Amino acid sequence: MLIKRGAEAEIRLIDWYGKKAISKLRISKPYRNKILDESIRKHRTIHEAYMLHIAKNAGVSTPCIYFLDPINSEIIMEYIDGIIVKDMIDKDIELSREMGKIVGKLHKNDIIHGDLTTSNFLIKNDKLVLIDFGLSFKSKRIEDKAVDIRLVKEILSSAHVDIFEKALRLFLDGYNSVYEIDKILEKVKKIEMRGRYARVI
Amino acid sequence: MIIVFCLGIESTAHTFSCSVVNEGGILSDVRSVYKASEGKGIHPREAAIHHADNSKKVLDTALNDARISIKDIDVIAYSKGPGLGPCLRVGAVIARALAVYYNKPLVPVNHAVAHLELGMMLTRANDPLALLISGGHCMILALSNNRWRVFGETLDITLGQLLDQFGREAGFASPCGAIIEELAERSHNYYTLPYSIKGNDVSYSGLLTAAKKALKSNRLEDICYSLQETAFSMLTEAVERALAFTEKRELLVVGGVAANKRLAYLLEQVCKLHDAKLFVVPTKFAGDCGAQIAWTGLLEYHAGISIKVEDATVIQSWRLDTVDIIWNRQTLLH
Repeated sequence: MLIKRGAEAEIRLIDWYGKKAISKLRISKPYRNKILDESIRKHRTIHEAYMLHIAKNAGVSTPCIYFLDPINSEIIMEYIDGIIVKDMIDKDIELSREMGKIVGKLHKNDIIHGDLTTSNFLIKNDKLVLIDFGLSFKSKRIEDKAVDIRLVKEILSSAHVDIFEKALRLFLDGYNSVYEIDKILEKVKKIEMRGRYARVI
Repeated sequence: MIIVFCLGIESTAHTFSCSVVNEGGILSDVRSVYKASEGKGIHPREAAIHHADNSKKVLDTALNDARISIKDIDVIAYSKGPGLGPCLRVGAVIARALAVYYNKPLVPVNHAVAHLELGMMLTRANDPLALLISGGHCMILALSNNRWRVFGETLDITLGQLLDQFGREAGFASPCGAIIEELAERSHNYYTLPYSIKGNDVSYSGLLTAAKKALKSNRLEDICYSLQETAFSMLTEAVERALAFTEKRELLVVGGVAANKRLAYLLEQVCKLHDAKLFVVPTKFAGDCGAQIAWTGLLEYHAGISIKVEDATVIQSWRLDTVDIIWNRQTLLH
């Protein structure tokens, strides 16, 4: 059963040997050049499975992988029966702090998620599970960590306008409780100044 | 409702343009475009001189085309920013002079917001995710709580800058989008270039460096094709991510680069995948024009916005997500 048509994959709820599971199938994009399309899908599929595993070692909850099919760009993984933070954060702002702690853990272990939107955090039994590692990679660079933080800021300021400032503060607090943020925040400012008509909040 | 005639003056970059609009639509739109020499970018001072030299002719023609005398204009709107200082100042000086001499109210307009407002009016999009792509902007936006909020943007240079800077390296004169598109159509050889997407954001600087380098040892057509495919696919993916995240059912494309057919095709495909309706601003009004300023000025005027002559300055870097959208476009759209 198709449960979500994401930006790059179709998410299906399937039966996997008697267990509920998620199939994440990266479909070919008709708009992309074939060579580019195949390389992106294959690379991201293999990479996502690997990074989901690495993140788990860093102490972050992620879905378990059941099966990987790089030829068809499909991952079968654990079904997380939860709701997305995007739909809850405006009511429960403390979730931002939890998000911050999780991102702090990732960055402490040099894992860059690459797509830290509020729809990629799921709440299950009051705990957060992080999904969608398609754009993630390993890096020690402060620049890469700062780009991750900048995206969180962008999403909070656009999709969660009413709570933006407080949510960001809680996020940074949570992050800082796990991993030193000062240098990274400085870099975030630098990145923001690179854009046109830049403005730093 | 009383009919209000608004004169809009646009002068942010290479285009000097005047336009007259009223609630019924665009009555005239006249432009004079500064052309940089081959292999060169826009020179702000030279562009400003061009604007000053052509301003009278453009203004007179815009009034003539609209069959109106300056005395019967009710409001004067000008682009206050963002843009190139010397160019902006030409428009501001003319707007202030007219406002003082003929005793007309003066309305300041954000050029980027104006691209969006004109696009909304011409396409009748209702609640879109908007893509603003021009020489100065590369942003994915949506309206919420009275502001255009940024859901994605370029982390460094814009798509327009990427095409122009690459084009200049290849020896073309800015703007280079059209010639690159023409050359790209002659090739199907994909040369791998860096594809850099970060969440809903894109980064084009690495792609520019690689494409310039590749130019030295490859066919120009192949690199134009590969550059376009890579750059457009990145942007299309960023749009797709934002569409999936915001769950909007409309996509509005505005700005000069919206005239590119290949990009429009890619965006059309993405809209199909997400059951979204695509609205592309008509090519004639995709680039910078007085109509965008006049129309937005009219909306602002109806919302009670005006500025004293002594405050009518320019702001070179005026981000569109700092502008409060307090006007109601619905009352003007029938």
